[in-house]
Amino acid sequence: MKLLSFLFTSSIGRKLIMALTGLFLCLFLIVHLIGNLQLFKADGGYAFNHYAWFMTSNPLIKTVSWGLYAMIILHAVKGIYLAMQNRKAREVSYGVNGGSSNSTWSSRNMAILGSIIFIFIGIHMGDFWREYKFGDEITWKSYTQDYNTQEVTWADYTPVEGQKIYAKDIEGGHMLVAKDLYVEVWESFKQPWIVLIYVLSMLALSFHLLHGFQSAFQTLGVNHPSYSPIIQFIGRAFAILVPLGFAAIPLYVLFQ
Amino acid sequence: MSQKLDSKIPAGNLADKWTQYRSSVSLVNPANKRNLEVIVVGTGLAGASAAATLAEMGYKVKAFCFQDSPRRAHSIAAQGGINAAKNYQNDGDSVYRLFYDTIKGGDYRAREANVHRLAEVSTNIIDQCVAQGVPFAREYGGTLSNRSFGGTQVQRTFYAAGQTGQQLLLGAYSALERQVGVGNVKMYTRHEMIEVVTIDGKARGIIARDLVSGKLERHFGHAVLLCTGGYGNVFYLSTNAMGSNVTAAWKAHKAGAYFANPCFTQIHPTCIPVSGHYQSKLTLMSESLRNDGRIWVPKAKGDKRHPNDIPEEERDYYLERRYPAFGNLVPRDVASRAAKERCDAGYGVGSSGMAVYLDFRYNMMNKYGRAEATKAGIENPDEATLFRLGKEVVKEKYGNLFDMYKQITDEDPYEVPMRIYPAVHYTMGGLWVDYELQTTVPGLYALGEANFSDHGANRLGASALMQGLADGYFVIPYTVGSYLSKEIHTKAIDTQHEAFEDAEKRASERIEKLMSIQGKRSVESYHRELGLIMWDKCGMARSEAGLKQAIDEIRALREDFYKNVRIPGKINEFNPELDKAGRVADFLELGELMCLDALNRNESCGGHFREEYQTEEGEALRDDEQYAYVAAWENTGEGWNLHKEDLQYENIKIQQRSYK
Amino acid sequence: MSDTLNINLKVWRQANGNEKGKFESYQVQANPDMSFLEMFDVLNEQLIEDGREPVAFDHDCREGICGMCSMVINGRPHGPKQGVTTCQLHMRSFKDGDTVVVEPWRASAFPVIKDLSVDRGAFDRIIAAGGYVSVNTGNAVDANSILIPKDVADKAFEAATCIGCGACVSACKNASAMLFVGAKVTQLSMLPQGQAERESRVVAMVNQMDAEGFGACTNTGACAAECPKEIPLSVIATLNREYTSAKLKGR
Repeated sequence: MKLLSFLFTSSIGRKLIMALTGLFLCLFLIVHLIGNLQLFKADGGYAFNHYAWFMTSNPLIKTVSWGLYAMIILHAVKGIYLAMQNRKAREVSYGVNGGSSNSTWSSRNMAILGSIIFIFIGIHMGDFWREYKFGDEITWKSYTQDYNTQEVTWADYTPVEGQKIYAKDIEGGHMLVAKDLYVEVWESFKQPWIVLIYVLSMLALSFHLLHGFQSAFQTLGVNHPSYSPIIQFIGRAFAILVPLGFAAIPLYVLFQ
Repeated sequence: MSQKLDSKIPAGNLADKWTQYRSSVSLVNPANKRNLEVIVVGTGLAGASAAATLAEMGYKVKAFCFQDSPRRAHSIAAQGGINAAKNYQNDGDSVYRLFYDTIKGGDYRAREANVHRLAEVSTNIIDQCVAQGVPFAREYGGTLSNRSFGGTQVQRTFYAAGQTGQQLLLGAYSALERQVGVGNVKMYTRHEMIEVVTIDGKARGIIARDLVSGKLERHFGHAVLLCTGGYGNVFYLSTNAMGSNVTAAWKAHKAGAYFANPCFTQIHPTCIPVSGHYQSKLTLMSESLRNDGRIWVPKAKGDKRHPNDIPEEERDYYLERRYPAFGNLVPRDVASRAAKERCDAGYGVGSSGMAVYLDFRYNMMNKYGRAEATKAGIENPDEATLFRLGKEVVKEKYGNLFDMYKQITDEDPYEVPMRIYPAVHYTMGGLWVDYELQTTVPGLYALGEANFSDHGANRLGASALMQGLADGYFVIPYTVGSYLSKEIHTKAIDTQHEAFEDAEKRASERIEKLMSIQGKRSVESYHRELGLIMWDKCGMARSEAGLKQAIDEIRALREDFYKNVRIPGKINEFNPELDKAGRVADFLELGELMCLDALNRNESCGGHFREEYQTEEGEALRDDEQYAYVAAWENTGEGWNLHKEDLQYENIKIQQRSYK
Repeated sequence: MSDTLNINLKVWRQANGNEKGKFESYQVQANPDMSFLEMFDVLNEQLIEDGREPVAFDHDCREGICGMCSMVINGRPHGPKQGVTTCQLHMRSFKDGDTVVVEPWRASAFPVIKDLSVDRGAFDRIIAAGGYVSVNTGNAVDANSILIPKDVADKAFEAATCIGCGACVSACKNASAMLFVGAKVTQLSMLPQGQAERESRVVAMVNQMDAEGFGACTNTGACAAECPKEIPLSVIATLNREYTSAKLKGR
């Protein structure tokens, strides 16, 4: 552990934490997006709700998700700490600031963008995650999928006291009894102000990633005349496509 | 020879002197070194290397510089390279050849033993610098690269692009900072030495002024090393840094150290000319440009036409006309004087009329353009093609210099000829030192450009860096031991000692006197006026009448300075104007001594050209019978006494230089 | 081009490190061929003539190599031009009637001494902590016994051209010194001479850098964009790599 103490005591160590947690969160974004794309399926929410159940019940995923929460907190807390330290490094600020001529807007505003995203995560988890895990507002559904035809049928379901979500194989098919997060999401995104918050937050995420993705590699010491342009290209693509994917869902629902 | 001028040259064969000296010089044992304190003033190549090396050996060192960091000393600005007799190019170089070239280049006015030692240690310097991580230019095989420089027939110049001085200084600076880090050197930045403290005739410390607080400080040292560079700024405009000054050396001079050959100044022929009265400094354009540039002025006086509109037959290629054998490649002093002669006669170009053209067009098109066209198989190429092809070649050779020129002048030298004019950039004269680099004050040493010892009346290119590092890394560590070995019983002297008291009082009275004047003129205006007098009458060409007049003018200016100068601000605060005033006050005294020395030297040699002493063709006429001596001036408080150190040439036959 | 430019200067004036500073306005007539510092010389002569305090500013070689000059001009260290120091910036880069705001390097690690002069001693202390090869005078082997491929030597040289002016710190929104430290670490970690102390050096220099109160690097790239010697951003990646690997090896 002593070997790793530098991660918490030196400026470069703290930046490494930002880079590593940041890249981990990028991976999570991909997983999350793949799950979210299930919302586009016209299967009454079967795929999506199945995915939601899997993500909240699989022991391995559960462990990883606690790690994820820790990463988010660490990324945010360290980010705020660094931003404060960095402000202290210049106590008197410039009368005229020429930042726009030597650096990108997003690179100079990572803390603000990150804060927006952090607040968004709070809202987002309050909306869906808390409701899904602990709330009793969400209605239930039961789904049956026929293996031969792949057809899914569903019906409303009334949960009993202490009802657990479950999925099981039945003869010739598969069955799922779950909270209908799909409908919850769908209904939320029919409200324009929620969609606005989501879209704006994804815009912030896009700018955050635009700098953050390639910056993480620089912090990890990866800078090479041949490879850096590739990393930068992937970073740019990632920063545009992933938030676009996320933002597409509420927009799609709203204008459905 | 004067009684006081004992050069302490060891007996024996020239080639064995240094080896024998090193083997027999007294040593100081490690335990005693820890109790011996050495003050090093200046942190350029000589100072940084000396401070680092002495600290490595175990001495307690205090180092001082007036800049905000030791890394800013003006050695950093040296471009070309550093000579060393490595013979890596297998072209017949040797210690003797480097020694011979340096003596001859110095127009036979340098001391044989010192110069031979310089040539001997030159090879160690390169080894040391490479070991420190100095990134010299290299060949593809990984070996060091060399280039040729003026005044020699071998390739012995090591370089790091056009920034050799920077890289060497950063090497010495890192060695110095390493010793600062381990506590062997105490570094004082933004400190200026303004008095030498002597006790019983020996240098025992300095008074330094903290330039940030303005407070005076007393520092004791068993020995004091002055590594404070040259005094070219006496001319106001020079290639020196703005802060380069003579103050430390001058205070030493006033404390009893003799000043040698002050009139030996080097004027570099290819600098960017003055563009207006506001000009603060001059920038060098490498000498190498004269390989491909042709120097000319219009044949008609005051011809204001654009240079490209002046037809070939109306141009005067005066160097080619006057020196058909050497043409544009005559030595620095000759080229400089010829440019001055043309401009003084009214043929100068540019807005000030004080410039000549350095024109690349002819060689660009006819030499390189044609060769490239032939290579490419183009028959009867037109002008545009020649220009295009030639430009590529010139760009490859001198691109960075052309860019720098354009940056400063806003003119494209590929299209329009460069305007150049000579400028002061090195001073061969300095504090008189013996073989051990000790001045006439025991315990007070002078290293690098601050001393007079190795370059005679003219310095060869790429030799300044060599001398600075030789003195600091390889000479002083031995020679200072000869003195300090006798000082091991001297306990550190309390700075309450009355000698410190007196010196501080002198310094503070001087400062108060300057501050109390509160006249009308800025320090800068006096400096500028002094520079003009020096440049006109003690610059590239000097005459008896002019020098006498200059002395009168300098005296009058000095008198006026002490009546009319205005220094704003207070004493005990950061006050750059006050710092400058102290320096200019010293230049106002040095200027007089330079004229006096130039007046005394009734001959022309190296950088010193007396109009009365020239051949019929206008060449420098040396007088070896009368003037083969070092003129060492003693300050009496009222004026100066001349002491002569005769120069003995036992290993070299003195010859007249000729370029025809 | 007109022969004189009327420049409205707004200059940061601060009596010393303990007192608060403020901007003051001045009018200067400049010649287009003047350097920016020569324009300040003219201003100072004018101020002295009027019996006012001249502006203190650092400068020395005035040919772009000593690293002493240090002005933030209209929000940019060393002014609007790429790859030049303030002393090599000429007034022809400005227009008649321009308002030019001039400030000192601003960083907690570079306290203001007076007006536009700051104390950059932190850089010296970082070098003293490890920016060297420990080789005492006289210990060196023959220079050509250390073979260094030309491209390595060229790369090391590129990093070694840093003039230690501090523009990187002043441009960085975090006042980080990573480009300065990265340049020295890169130079010495590439060369065979620097190998013996490769790990201890980078750790010691970064420790000192942190202790001096410089901010952390957020890879905005402003430092490299404003560096008058155009030291590339890759030296910071090298520094990160060198430091992390040294730390993981237990340094």
